[in-house]
Amino acid sequence: MTSTAKTLPADAASIEKGSSLWADAFLRLKQNKLAMLGGIIVILILILCFIVAPILAMTGMDANAQDLTNRFAPIGEGKGGLGTDQLGRDLLMRVLEGGQISLLVAILATLMTVTIGVIYGGIAGYVGGRTGNIMMRIVDGLLAMPFLIIVILFREIISGHVDDLAKILIDDWGWNDNTVLRFANLIPLTIAIAGFGWLSMGRIVRSSAASLSQQEFVEAARSLGLSHRRILFRHILPNMLGPVIIYATLTIPSFILYEATLSFIGLGIEPPNSSWGKLIQEGANFLETNLTVLAIPAVMFSLTLFAFNFLGDGLRDALDPRASKD
Amino acid sequence: MLRVILSRLLQTIVVVFLLVTFTFFAVRAIPGNPFAAEKATSPEEQAALEAYYGLDKPLPIQYLNYWGNVIQGDFGDSLAMKGRKVSTLISESFPVSLKLGILSLFLGMGIGIPLGIIAALFHNKWQDYSAMVIAMAGICIVAFVLGPIFQLLIAKPLSLLNVAGWNRGSDIILPAITLCFGVAAYLARLTRGGMLDVLSQDYIRTARAKGVPTMQIITKHAMRPALMPAVTFLGPAFAAIITGSFVVENIFLVPGMGQHFVLGITSKDYNLVLGLVLFYGILMGIANLLSDIALIFMDPKLRNS
Repeated sequence: MTSTAKTLPADAASIEKGSSLWADAFLRLKQNKLAMLGGIIVILILILCFIVAPILAMTGMDANAQDLTNRFAPIGEGKGGLGTDQLGRDLLMRVLEGGQISLLVAILATLMTVTIGVIYGGIAGYVGGRTGNIMMRIVDGLLAMPFLIIVILFREIISGHVDDLAKILIDDWGWNDNTVLRFANLIPLTIAIAGFGWLSMGRIVRSSAASLSQQEFVEAARSLGLSHRRILFRHILPNMLGPVIIYATLTIPSFILYEATLSFIGLGIEPPNSSWGKLIQEGANFLETNLTVLAIPAVMFSLTLFAFNFLGDGLRDALDPRASKD
Repeated sequence: MLRVILSRLLQTIVVVFLLVTFTFFAVRAIPGNPFAAEKATSPEEQAALEAYYGLDKPLPIQYLNYWGNVIQGDFGDSLAMKGRKVSTLISESFPVSLKLGILSLFLGMGIGIPLGIIAALFHNKWQDYSAMVIAMAGICIVAFVLGPIFQLLIAKPLSLLNVAGWNRGSDIILPAITLCFGVAAYLARLTRGGMLDVLSQDYIRTARAKGVPTMQIITKHAMRPALMPAVTFLGPAFAAIITGSFVVENIFLVPGMGQHFVLGITSKDYNLVLGLVLFYGILMGIANLLSDIALIFMDPKLRNS
């Protein structure tokens, strides 16, 4: 005993520390320059839209303040330094507040997607058997539907009800009408996208839950007499975090894209609110007279999609090295 | 083969049925009514219009009537465009969408598949990285950003092409190029993944060991299985391109099916929306069937089972 103790290092600091899965993954992510760049851009855009924009708004800059004497100001002019649009509104504020709506829709819808997908897929995978099969058949059936068409229809239905609700809140409850109207425009779109967007997440979660619930440690937990809920939440869900995080990161840009597409064809965010899709659509009308009105939201929008996609791909490579081939 | 066709047929019938049922009740659940927007329509006139189009009957009856008419080949009259049948509107706009869809699909294949193969052959080299960055650009720089850029950079300075419209034969070029990028991007990624999978297989190593030239390995041994994921994607992509091109139609003023759908939704033209969705469901079934059949021809394992 004493002789073996001597060979061990005396101080704890020199003991090689084992690295956890997450630390390992982070190391791999750090080596992927494109993914790191994507991550940094994502953080910058989030800071710009959700911290800088509200601060600028408090200092008196207004995305909807028109100045018809100063229309189509080029880059370098205007309060925000990015010029003004066809009504003399400050482009910097417009693109940041538009981004707020775009990102809010995408992030909220992704959170809903994760919640529904994890619960539904987790149950289907853990229960398995015929119930699980039926649950997945329903998902397959819904996945066979044309996504955008269903989302458009769904949004139209919800938005009528939400508008009624908004009217009640403003007229009877005396709520601030700007905020209420903004959310009344945003929420139906978010629910509609999430309502049909969770299906792939459900599938991914189900397949990993199904394979996890076959493994020894779950069997051990079962034989210890743990409740289903405890097994599901303490043993299976934490082990699915990887795929869920990867897929959620890749879901955000696709939802940003859906939001923009719908707003572009006039079935999404409506004036006076705006989003990147709406701004690009407005800008495209003035293509011949002024390019910045289109270019600024288009660049921000594309940059955001790039950043999220590179980050998501990098996360996949880092967390799931075996799947990194494609 | 027959089993594949039959099961796809069955699946299409189920999907179309569910789709039409959902759409039928969904469009009617949208607040407002199709005739409210018309000028100076009194309640009596509105009621008369509703009675004329059979919209005064209870919903289940309307639903059954709709199926009854569809089975007889009657998609009903457009509610917003008076005097026009839904079938006429579809038969006018479908060829436009089909032409545009086929052209952009072939362009997308022509760009995407070679790009994916190159990326796989030079795995983890600069060719791979640049091909994948290009593919990512195709996914991230979407149609409504690309379209205006093309209008500005190509149509205006060259003045050979119209910025928008659908009058000359050349008017198809810009929308087709705009549409093809997304397809090309996904195809490139799928082809690269498929190719990498195949190239790591033992039989490819055997071929290499035998001294078969690389070019021959690719064309004779690797190509067919490597393209399977891409072919699986082509079916749904084709259907999506044909009806889902609202954006490109909107930018280039193409008189295709997408604009009818958007108009149908905003004007609550129940029959038009339903007709388009029904048509879309069938189209999707056909496209999926075509890609199933192509897969059977490509994969001997599927052929023999």
